[in-house]
Amino acid sequence: MTDSSTGDLVRRTAVDLAAMITKGEATAVEVAQAHLDRIDAVDGRIHAFLHVDHQGALAAAAAVDAKRSAGESLGTLAGVPLALKDVFTTAGIPTTAGSKILEGWRPPYDAALVERLRAADIVILGKTNCDEFAMGSSTENSAYGPTHNPWDETRIPGGSGGGSSAALAAHFAPLAIGTDTGGSIRQPAAVTGTVGVKPTYGGVSRYGLIACASSLDQGGPCARNVLDAALLHEVIAGHDPRDATSIDQAVPAVVEAARRREIGGMRIGVVREFAGEGYEPGVLASVRAAIDVLTELGADVVEVSCPSFTYALPAYYLILPSEVSSNLARFDAMRFGLRVGDDGTHSAEEVMAMTRGAGFGPEVKRRIILGTYALSSGYFDAYYGQAQKVRTLIARDFAAAFDQVDVLVSPTTPTTAFPLGERADDPLAMYLADLCTIPANLAGNAAMSLPVGLSDGLPVGLQVMAPVLADDRLYRVAGALEHALDDRRGHALLEKAPTL
Amino acid sequence: MSPSTPDLVPYDEALSRYAPVLGLEVHVELSTASKMFCGCPTGFGAEPNTQVCPVCLGLPGALPVMNAEAVDAVIRIGLALGCDIAPWCRFARKNYFYPDMPKNFQISQYDEPIAYGGSLDVMIDTDDGPQTFTVGIERAHMEEDTGKSLHVGGATGRIHGAQHSLVDYNRAGIPLIEIVTKPVPGLGKYVPELARAYVGELRDILRSLDVSDVRMEQGSLRCDVNVSIAPVGAAEWGKRTETKNVNSLRSVERAVRYEIGRQAAVLDAGGTVKQETRHWQEGSGTTAPGRSKEEAEDYRYFPEPDLVPIAPTPERVEELRGTLPELPRALRVRLLGEWQLSPLDMQALINAGAVDLVVATVAAGAPPADARKWWLGELARAANETGTELSALPVTPAQVAQVVELVADGALNDKLARQVLEGVLAGEGEPDEIVAARGLAVVSDEGALGKAVDAAIAGNPDVAGKIRDGKVAATGALVGAVMKATRGQADAARVRELLLERLGPPE
Repeated sequence: MTDSSTGDLVRRTAVDLAAMITKGEATAVEVAQAHLDRIDAVDGRIHAFLHVDHQGALAAAAAVDAKRSAGESLGTLAGVPLALKDVFTTAGIPTTAGSKILEGWRPPYDAALVERLRAADIVILGKTNCDEFAMGSSTENSAYGPTHNPWDETRIPGGSGGGSSAALAAHFAPLAIGTDTGGSIRQPAAVTGTVGVKPTYGGVSRYGLIACASSLDQGGPCARNVLDAALLHEVIAGHDPRDATSIDQAVPAVVEAARRREIGGMRIGVVREFAGEGYEPGVLASVRAAIDVLTELGADVVEVSCPSFTYALPAYYLILPSEVSSNLARFDAMRFGLRVGDDGTHSAEEVMAMTRGAGFGPEVKRRIILGTYALSSGYFDAYYGQAQKVRTLIARDFAAAFDQVDVLVSPTTPTTAFPLGERADDPLAMYLADLCTIPANLAGNAAMSLPVGLSDGLPVGLQVMAPVLADDRLYRVAGALEHALDDRRGHALLEKAPTL
Repeated sequence: MSPSTPDLVPYDEALSRYAPVLGLEVHVELSTASKMFCGCPTGFGAEPNTQVCPVCLGLPGALPVMNAEAVDAVIRIGLALGCDIAPWCRFARKNYFYPDMPKNFQISQYDEPIAYGGSLDVMIDTDDGPQTFTVGIERAHMEEDTGKSLHVGGATGRIHGAQHSLVDYNRAGIPLIEIVTKPVPGLGKYVPELARAYVGELRDILRSLDVSDVRMEQGSLRCDVNVSIAPVGAAEWGKRTETKNVNSLRSVERAVRYEIGRQAAVLDAGGTVKQETRHWQEGSGTTAPGRSKEEAEDYRYFPEPDLVPIAPTPERVEELRGTLPELPRALRVRLLGEWQLSPLDMQALINAGAVDLVVATVAAGAPPADARKWWLGELARAANETGTELSALPVTPAQVAQVVELVADGALNDKLARQVLEGVLAGEGEPDEIVAARGLAVVSDEGALGKAVDAAIAGNPDVAGKIRDGKVAATGALVGAVMKATRGQADAARVRELLLERLGPPE
């Protein structure tokens, strides 16, 4: 195999790669090796991966090739490589959640989502970088250093799932997995020109997903195009009895919807509150242009007001830290991970405190302290209680909007990728990156981001939001819009990215 | 510490000046096949840390899933205690750091208990005979048990002063039901007995529901005793202490009694009772303060986001009500008639914790009177000597019934039967095996017995003469001689018959 064909393999879609492997045009091992080679050559600059599992990936690929040789039927994504956000447990493979406190931990079990990936013969290349415990919008909160945006290496790749989005944009993998608590799949997708979907809460099992905020976290598919994302969505979604919040209903027909490329008569609402001050003109222009295309495609576009969305950010920053303060209590040096001060001179309580002091980064500590305060006796009603009421109001705004329209659209994030370091010392500015994405997490809706254009040479994402369990609507709108935009442009947006 | 030390006011004296208020929190480990939130087994006594998984170890990423069997159990418990069942309620997280708490929060219920507002009638002996008191039940809720810490080094076996600690997580996540009484005021000197009777009655109910092993010594039923006292006639109740580690019915009673005396001494000395957690010390019969906390613990309860609300339908609740067995109180009323017992006889059975054992023994074929005789006699004595509950003795109702049957068949007499029960308690096997192994069978070989009888007549000619003369009362002496000669292994009634056959039946 020549270098040029290797280069070709890493630029192909997941659908193409699966077809090539099935037809015998390439082996799964060749596909895996091509991606591993590219990671080895280029990831020194991007830092998308925290751990590359060369051996495991090649073994999984070899198993796919053996299955094919034996005449067994292969799944729709068999042999396709994938980059996995390092917040999912993988048996025997280091899992850090981007934190020092888990450095060196090898979980004894696979997450439910990982089991599904393996069952589908998807080849897991390794674990991707993220903000510590998925708290952040830039990957700068990773204890292992930031990831760089392949479009401009001086800029952030989004967060918390910046490693997964960068891996896609840098052609390290055609598929990736992210998790979305307040936008951690969609905002990285937007700033890297890739596709990222937050399924309906409960659509994808959280068993084995290291919790940030339990009532908000949702794993989801990331890809370079809408159909690839839909195929991955179908693999990872579905009821899991080990997650009590998992929905016991059929997975929406996302692949069919992604292939439909037709939105005639769909009613699309533009969220009035997500525009204006604080939004980059270039972002608004790209979004406006995409909405015009939706109209041209036959959709009925109207403006919709969701007044409570304005309170989503403050409510989120009470609910999330409250759950974080409790979820992260288990990192106590007793059973796994880092242990500091265990030299015989300190009590168990002191060892716990010293370990947590040394093992957690500043943003994690900030949120633990915020949450501990918000839940404390005497303050609970004023903070957590009020925030839950806002959550109800937001769900009502969504319900009212979906009485009028089939989906809602908005910018995914107010700006394009900002420079690394720009907001690192300004948490409030950093939090604004998730302004438009948080409402869907608070209400449990399905939402996605897809690339719709460039602003000053950097990608802009359009957010599409659908009702609970109507994930297919996202794919229908995005599939049609992506097709139309690629057609007009003559190529996929990502082809404008530097080749690295 | 004896009652005469100045730290303790003698009980009667304390009661003459102070009125106690009682509250009890009972924790019951359910005997479900699996833990509250994962599939791990719940058996007692397994090797440490062998009944664990990512969920009950609180590993990153693991999630709880509710055990439906445990929910059914708590609803049945609630119904048996006359509680209302919440149509919708949630679990909450109780946040605090402790090494034997894998997640450093306990999944419990806070302001939305699944069962609330019940009551339990308890009978105790009073100066006016047995009387029934109604104890209000505040709530019953579900939670998960913690692991068990073993503190090595240090004087107390508690974490303070220990050199290192070992943690066994087998117990972590076992379903636990907490049953909390309303405060019980106005009972005066009967408070310790009421506490004991309440826990005993509750235990009987739980046993009849078949939801728990209710073994206090194994910790499957644990009791926290809350006691406060205030001067007689005072408008307000005093500050209460919560005494933990109370591991038997007897200790419940003793702990309450001790706390009343101790608190009286504190108040007498002009002090104030500290609201605190104390630990019962079985050996000394005293309570000692727990590690003092500088400020009140704030558990930062909030609804558990990893679990969905519990919403039993009214139909389901009624279905579960239909599964309730005859509860102990109703059973006793029925037995009073069927067994022809006096209320005092019944109270004796209740006090000994023997009702269920006797019922089971009767069910296994023994006549009620015989069953009662053995459980309240020989076995109660054995329990007393070893300081355990009757139900904790290593003997089953079926074994007792077997012994009763052997006596009825004439294969054993009472003396031999006692030896057989001794053997059962010593773990020597089933009654028939012990009879064989110890050679305890009554001498029923008529030839051998006849020779012994003849020998007794020949050896005691004057006694034999009196019997021939019609003084039947003298037969006892010859029966004694035969029994001695057969080392007690003869059936005394049969020996008497043989003697009278030979010495002429009385006119």
